[in-house]
Amino acid sequence: MQETRELLRIEHLKKYFSTPSGILHAVDDVSFVLDEGKTLGVVGESGCGKSTLGRTILRLHEPTDGKIFFDGQDITGLDKKRMKALRRDMQIIFQDPFASLNPRMTVGQTISESLIIQGLVDKQDKRSLDKRVAELMDLVGLAPRLINSYPHELDGGRRQRIGIARVLALNPKFIVCDEPVSALDVSIQAQVLNLMQDLQDSFGFSYLFITHDLSVVKHLSDEIIVMYLGKMVEKAKTSRLFANPLHPYTQALLSAIPVPDPDFPVNRILLEGELSSPINPAPGCRFAKRCPKACDKCREADIPLKEVEPDHFVACTLVR
Amino acid sequence: MTETNQELIRIEDLFIDYETDDGIVHALNGVSLTLHVGETLGLVGETGAGKTTLAKGILRLIPDPPGKIKEGKIWFEGKDLLELPEHAMQEIRGQSISMIFQDPMTSLNPVMTVGEQIQEVIRNHNPELDKEELHAWSCAMLEKVGISADRIDEYPHQFSGGMKQRVIIAIALACNPKLLLADEPTTALDVTIQAQVLDMIRTLKQELNTAMMLITHDLGVVAQNCNRVAIIYAGEIVEIGDLRQIFKRPTHPYTIGLLESIPSLAKDVERLNPVKGMMPDPTDLPPGCKFAPRCKFVCERCAQRVPDLIDIGDGHMVRCINSKDTQSYASTRE
Repeated sequence: MQETRELLRIEHLKKYFSTPSGILHAVDDVSFVLDEGKTLGVVGESGCGKSTLGRTILRLHEPTDGKIFFDGQDITGLDKKRMKALRRDMQIIFQDPFASLNPRMTVGQTISESLIIQGLVDKQDKRSLDKRVAELMDLVGLAPRLINSYPHELDGGRRQRIGIARVLALNPKFIVCDEPVSALDVSIQAQVLNLMQDLQDSFGFSYLFITHDLSVVKHLSDEIIVMYLGKMVEKAKTSRLFANPLHPYTQALLSAIPVPDPDFPVNRILLEGELSSPINPAPGCRFAKRCPKACDKCREADIPLKEVEPDHFVACTLVR
Repeated sequence: MTETNQELIRIEDLFIDYETDDGIVHALNGVSLTLHVGETLGLVGETGAGKTTLAKGILRLIPDPPGKIKEGKIWFEGKDLLELPEHAMQEIRGQSISMIFQDPMTSLNPVMTVGEQIQEVIRNHNPELDKEELHAWSCAMLEKVGISADRIDEYPHQFSGGMKQRVIIAIALACNPKLLLADEPTTALDVTIQAQVLDMIRTLKQELNTAMMLITHDLGVVAQNCNRVAIIYAGEIVEIGDLRQIFKRPTHPYTIGLLESIPSLAKDVERLNPVKGMMPDPTDLPPGCKFAPRCKFVCERCAQRVPDLIDIGDGHMVRCINSKDTQSYASTRE
């Protein structure tokens, strides 16, 4: 194993949106480091800010506060032109393979578009363009005959492969994967997950893997962040998080997943109520309202992340 | 669980087609299935396998055109539902058999209060009730699904996704049906909310002794909620049996493939072992076994004719001619 090198560093990243009813805290003080060739999983339920986090890192949203370092460079304040050059190294695979492809562009056009925009291949040079597109389609397992097909002619699994080919075209270093397999059937999901693993092995990509599916994230990630209402509540190496979840939310989340084994001991922590509003949240732990173990101390002030064992961080008053 | 061997509904050799401009879609190809009183049957399959068509077929809600129930029988309480006149069928829907649809966001009427929507189904089947009785009944239903009766005059948009699904369950169970068809009831919900809703369905089902057909693609949900499981592929039941038979001794190559496709929380697997390829085009199904083109146990005989559903012991039925080989493969898997 070669030495790992830091690729992405996020420091106290915040993204607030102003809405008519107040300030929505979508991402509230998130920090982490992602090394080259590694996968960081971001887990949480709808509305916890995980997609906003991914998009803010790519500066598809402007961060409200905090810093993003990519490859040693602070990219938080870069202008559009320099950002465009950087996008070659930072890409995203979107969740919905039905909405993220232009319905009026063929598979070949979609894949070659990013090559042309980034100036990697000369638009006039049809031969090398076609050759590169064919290579990419082969890499993601799309049959060459599909080059002139339109997205509506293809099923979800194949469409998601186009989304992946389009990202690979630029040979990026870092890819945000925003629920890339959630819209797919299990057998197709497994095919795409295998493909993503193979590609990481051959090209050394770093993934920020955003999902609500804990079994998928466990399968792929080296390290996992658990988010609740914009806050990072727990962060740990994958094996530690599953062996020793410490935050009450992580524990409830893990216990809520139905395991496909009738003999698996069901020891469910049923949470009361639902996600509260991320607009003008009250100080203190965001989870206190639903937490079975909450006390007065939880509602006083925001709870900082504490390192309870090497590389295992938890934001909870009960953990010392 | 109050489970008896008393038969509640028996589906025999059901064929349903959709006649579209692009050809005839063979959605169900000879499905036979029995559900007993109080039991929960999991119906598992991927997109386009025919799960929803089967549920809608039972209630005769297949849009015609393009849908056509080609042949088959659905025996419920001594009558063949497919022979009943429309008004008799209307009596059954919502009263003896009701259905929960997948998407809680679109299956409620946005311009009616939740109270009115619960009362609608009660009133249809109990026209003799007066206003107060209806109100009391609907409040009781709302409380039963864990929503305060104070919210009876609110509109669907005032509820969250999990709450809306609870309202839908209240509507479905309002007339105490004997059979509940739940089509992916929790797929649109977050896991912690899913756990709440499934827990509630389980409790109510037990209380009312309702049988349920739980349609899902999530094998985890099945393992935690069902007594029996049917696996459906390209409009055919390929394997059916008790929960443990299916999860501990999966025998049809498709069932084995499905179980190997899910990343496990309990075990560490380096690489998944998915079924290769995709489901066949339902307008152009292969002859013989429909799974043969994707199957790793395929042999020449597979393409010759559709294999029968054979009993491999204790009511565990499998539609595969190589069930001996696949079983020994599956036993080495653990």
